Amino acid sequence: MKLKKSTVNALISYGIVIVAFIVCQSMISAKAMPRTLKGQMIPICVYIVMAVSLNLVVGISGELSLGHAGFMSIGAFSGAIASTYLLNALGLESEVARLIISIVAGGVTAGVFGVLIGIPVLRLRGDYLAIVTLAFGEIIRNVVNCLYFSVDGMRLNVSFNNPNVAGTIILNGPAGTKGIKAISTFPMGFALILFTLFVVLNLINSRSGRAIMAARDNRIAAEAMGINVTKYKMMAFVTSAVLAGMAGALYGLNFSTFTAAKFKFDTSILVLVFVVLGGIGNIWGSIIAAALLTVLPELLRAFADYRMLIYAIVLILVMLATNNPMLRSVFERLPRALRRKAPGAEAKGGAAQ
Amino acid sequence: MSEVKRRSATKMVPAPSQGIIPERDLYSAPVLETRHLGIEFGGLKAVEDFNLIIGKTEIAGLIGPNGAGKTTVFNLLTKVYQPTMGTVLLNGRDTAGMNTVQASKLGIARTFQNIRLFGNMTVEDNVRIGLHNQVRYGMFTGIFRLPGYWKQEKAQHERALELLSIFDMQDMAGYRAGSLPYGAQRRLEIVRALATNPSLLLLDEPAAGMNPHETEELMNNIIKIRDRFQIAIMLIEHDMNLVMGICEGICVLNYGRIIAKGTAEDIQNNPVVIEAYLGKKKEG
Repeated sequence: MKLKKSTVNALISYGIVIVAFIVCQSMISAKAMPRTLKGQMIPICVYIVMAVSLNLVVGISGELSLGHAGFMSIGAFSGAIASTYLLNALGLESEVARLIISIVAGGVTAGVFGVLIGIPVLRLRGDYLAIVTLAFGEIIRNVVNCLYFSVDGMRLNVSFNNPNVAGTIILNGPAGTKGIKAISTFPMGFALILFTLFVVLNLINSRSGRAIMAARDNRIAAEAMGINVTKYKMMAFVTSAVLAGMAGALYGLNFSTFTAAKFKFDTSILVLVFVVLGGIGNIWGSIIAAALLTVLPELLRAFADYRMLIYAIVLILVMLATNNPMLRSVFERLPRALRRKAPGAEAKGGAAQ
Repeated sequence: MSEVKRRSATKMVPAPSQGIIPERDLYSAPVLETRHLGIEFGGLKAVEDFNLIIGKTEIAGLIGPNGAGKTTVFNLLTKVYQPTMGTVLLNGRDTAGMNTVQASKLGIARTFQNIRLFGNMTVEDNVRIGLHNQVRYGMFTGIFRLPGYWKQEKAQHERALELLSIFDMQDMAGYRAGSLPYGAQRRLEIVRALATNPSLLLLDEPAAGMNPHETEELMNNIIKIRDRFQIAIMLIEHDMNLVMGICEGICVLNYGRIIAKGTAEDIQNNPVVIEAYLGKKKEG
């Protein structure tokens, strides 16, 4: 069967991610991986999902969002609460089941907030949208700082600005979560990356994805073609929020305790750096940039105080390198050369040039 | 045009009309009717008292000197601007309060004076955007690739190629739209507009930047499109050969007001029109 170019590319993407996972997993089993790097595996997965989901808003939908860490935060806390509630109140012992349900809960909650925030935010364009998303990210952080959650038998107690909640505390306001079992696993992170890639790549190559990109390329023409621009911007924004919430849940359940301060403006910017450095709209670039730049600070620990200085220099060098015409042409020729080996894709790939 | 292409093009014609201007009852159920249509921009009346009826399968021309308000009329009809006066009836339905998307669903499609393609997408995807509202599958079917996805994507692909074949562009389906030559971009815009399945097609300067040969081909194609899709076409154009050659009715606009309406012959001999274009003859 002759496959479409986009399908071939998607299959190659899944293949590379699976191979990378197998390599990392066998290194871990063979104890060949340094301990510091091993501890980074789950954050790498989380940031890859964050970067790919933000790329859906920034690259595919063309709106600059600076509040992505807010959705991660919502996902992390709702995931932590869901996980503890499942264990304490419902007695669900299976860690995998609890992790999956918590990730789904994190995604759904973040999605609900995505809708609520998207309604006012997506009326704005350009810089104003960026400013308002930034504000929402900060609002979420500050609200979580005042929230107290506890589980009392089957009941889940919530209070705002009042630390005296009955039962076992789960979320203790500014002191963060308490008594959470760290149940995140690297294979689950890998599964989440695959799921994210599946959702984003399939969305791009569907009717809705084309409508999202049309609205980005030319809003007036898209509307004249009968495309409800706000609806599709919303679709991209909420999908991105759901994925960020899922990543947040995985991130939160990697720690026994964490605070809302982890999801500051800096985190939003960090994820945006991954997206920009990997190339706006380029899903693969986001994956590579997120993986490398999450590992880099750890690898640079040897440089002690000069760590961030070198980090900045690396960022600049990467930008210079990706803008170098010679290197670019090499990178552009690379996938074409690879594709030539795959028959079927060749005819279409050739026609596109 | 080769014999093979000609056959493939005529195969899908439902009922080819005999001549360029066949004898038809055009105005019993007009596609478009405007009554005292007008818009003011802060006291400036850009268009005023614009009354026009376009019949089914009529080709109408809208001409006038630069700045006469021709594109503003298009923007009013497609609801890019909301009129401050008068009404627009599309297929007998009042479009008051509607937005561009709703107007498009009522059957109005347009091209733009300054080309507005989705430059980073392929030619085929541009046409598929036009087909957007005729494909009915939601986001979840798309993401999880349910059977409806494959079926409708295939139908969409075939329809897109069929539409592209009007202008013999099916071989360019995989090209990036922004990389096409100027004339092809203009043609692609027409195909994309046709894909929305309109009953009224608005063409804003379709022949701009085309050489005489291309313009002639365009004229034939406009008639071909009308005959094949049985739609009304209204066009803004400065190329008088094109306007006089194919428009059954012509409407002349100056300073936002209609100064003349009629057939090509009427317009050519109308002293008011001549004055608008060439100025007043000096007395004595």
